Amino acid sequence: MIRVELPYHLRQLAGVNGEVALEGPGVATMGAVIDAIEARYPMLAGTIRDHATGQRRPLLRFFACGEDLSFVPLDVPLPDAVVQGREPVIVLGAIAGG
Amino acid sequence: MSGVRVLVGTRKGAFILTSDGKRKNWEVSDVQFGGWQFYHLKGSPVDPDRIYASQSNDWFGQKMQRSSDGGRTWETVDSKFVYDGVPGTHQWYDGTPHPWEFKRVWHLEPSLTDPDTVFAGVEDAAMFKSTDGGATWTELSGLRRHSTGSKWAPGAGGMCLHTILIDPADHDRLYVAISAAGAFRSDDGGAAWKPITRGLYSKYLPVPDAEVGHCVHRLAMHPSRPRTLFMQKHWDVMRTDDSGDSWQKISGNLPTDFGFAIDVHAHEPETVFVVPIKSDSEHYPLDGKLQVFRSRSGGNEWEPLSKGLPQKDCYVNVLREAMDVDSLDSCGVYFGTTGGQVYASADGGDSWQAIVRDLPPVVSVEVQTIR
Repeated sequence: MIRVELPYHLRQLAGVNGEVALEGPGVATMGAVIDAIEARYPMLAGTIRDHATGQRRPLLRFFACGEDLSFVPLDVPLPDAVVQGREPVIVLGAIAGG
Repeated sequence: MSGVRVLVGTRKGAFILTSDGKRKNWEVSDVQFGGWQFYHLKGSPVDPDRIYASQSNDWFGQKMQRSSDGGRTWETVDSKFVYDGVPGTHQWYDGTPHPWEFKRVWHLEPSLTDPDTVFAGVEDAAMFKSTDGGATWTELSGLRRHSTGSKWAPGAGGMCLHTILIDPADHDRLYVAISAAGAFRSDDGGAAWKPITRGLYSKYLPVPDAEVGHCVHRLAMHPSRPRTLFMQKHWDVMRTDDSGDSWQKISGNLPTDFGFAIDVHAHEPETVFVVPIKSDSEHYPLDGKLQVFRSRSGGNEWEPLSKGLPQKDCYVNVLREAMDVDSLDSCGVYFGTTGGQVYASADGGDSWQAIVRDLPPVVSVEVQTIR
């Protein structure tokens, strides 16, 4: 199980409280995590990755295990602690704009 | 019994204000999608419970909401706005070519006949259409591909297509306005477009009477006279009586003719409302006095309307999408401010009251007359 912490606005849009738990062996990369989130919550499509470019939105960052994964290619395996469910992946909105 | 529903888009959520036909006592909904910007909400003229809403923010991009029950519940619909083909470039602020990039939806214009058909005006300027209730969107790319497109440039708020008008007598005739490209008309449902800017004069342009480049802030039309349009340009209030083929200045005795909002009385096609703003460098009313100006003669002669509006220490702005009218027997006029107030007049502008006072900055106000 992979645990994902979404920012407030996306939790609100998807109608979820707290973390999202993703099951299955196919979600061990950041790209697969986003695919799984968008499949389960279609209303979040385009909110983490831009619809047109497929790139991470510039005011979002990805963190896990105290490390910034924002610039790690989306097909790189996530840390073991994340894959084993001991640590969450955090999708974080930049503090910008007040 | 008749009533009014006011759809308010703000920088931090949407609100729905409701009242009966007296328009004296108002209910304010809970904030809808708090924290998101709502550039525009608009209901279908043929099914008022069908409402479309443009939801966006800088972090998570564009979303689109649809309600089928008058705004009690919402459904997220598709928000993929993909330009047709390779979008090419327009002009950037410094005159260099800049790629066309989708940023957000500024305006939604539901069809006059079909609740599932709706047009969207977007930044960077283009027009999209959905015929399935927002499930999919297709660009009407003849506009963006107009031969002048590479010369269009953004205004201070971005290169936005912010006004869409449908001719009630000929639904294939469409008008749009773009900051800062100008105004355009299509006579074939949006396939082909022509600039309608003859008579516009913008002294800040290298060629002041150029075909494109004018910062048109808003267009308004009375449905009984679709060949007559009123325009609030960056500076200048204008009118045309030949579907945009030629424009005349009607600023007349306005104390300043800079502004954003303009609208027409529901029952009097020659009665027009504007909110003069001091200047393009000072986006607030003259002398700290919030005043609507009304012309009953289609322009040139204007009277200030201030009863019930703050007449000192008022430094709010009224944005282009933030004024509308209802169509009750005594026409109601409404506008929202960047200070979070929504003011309403139930007597055609003679007197005003704040129907809500402390919302986030108001971006858009749309009024539905419920019968």
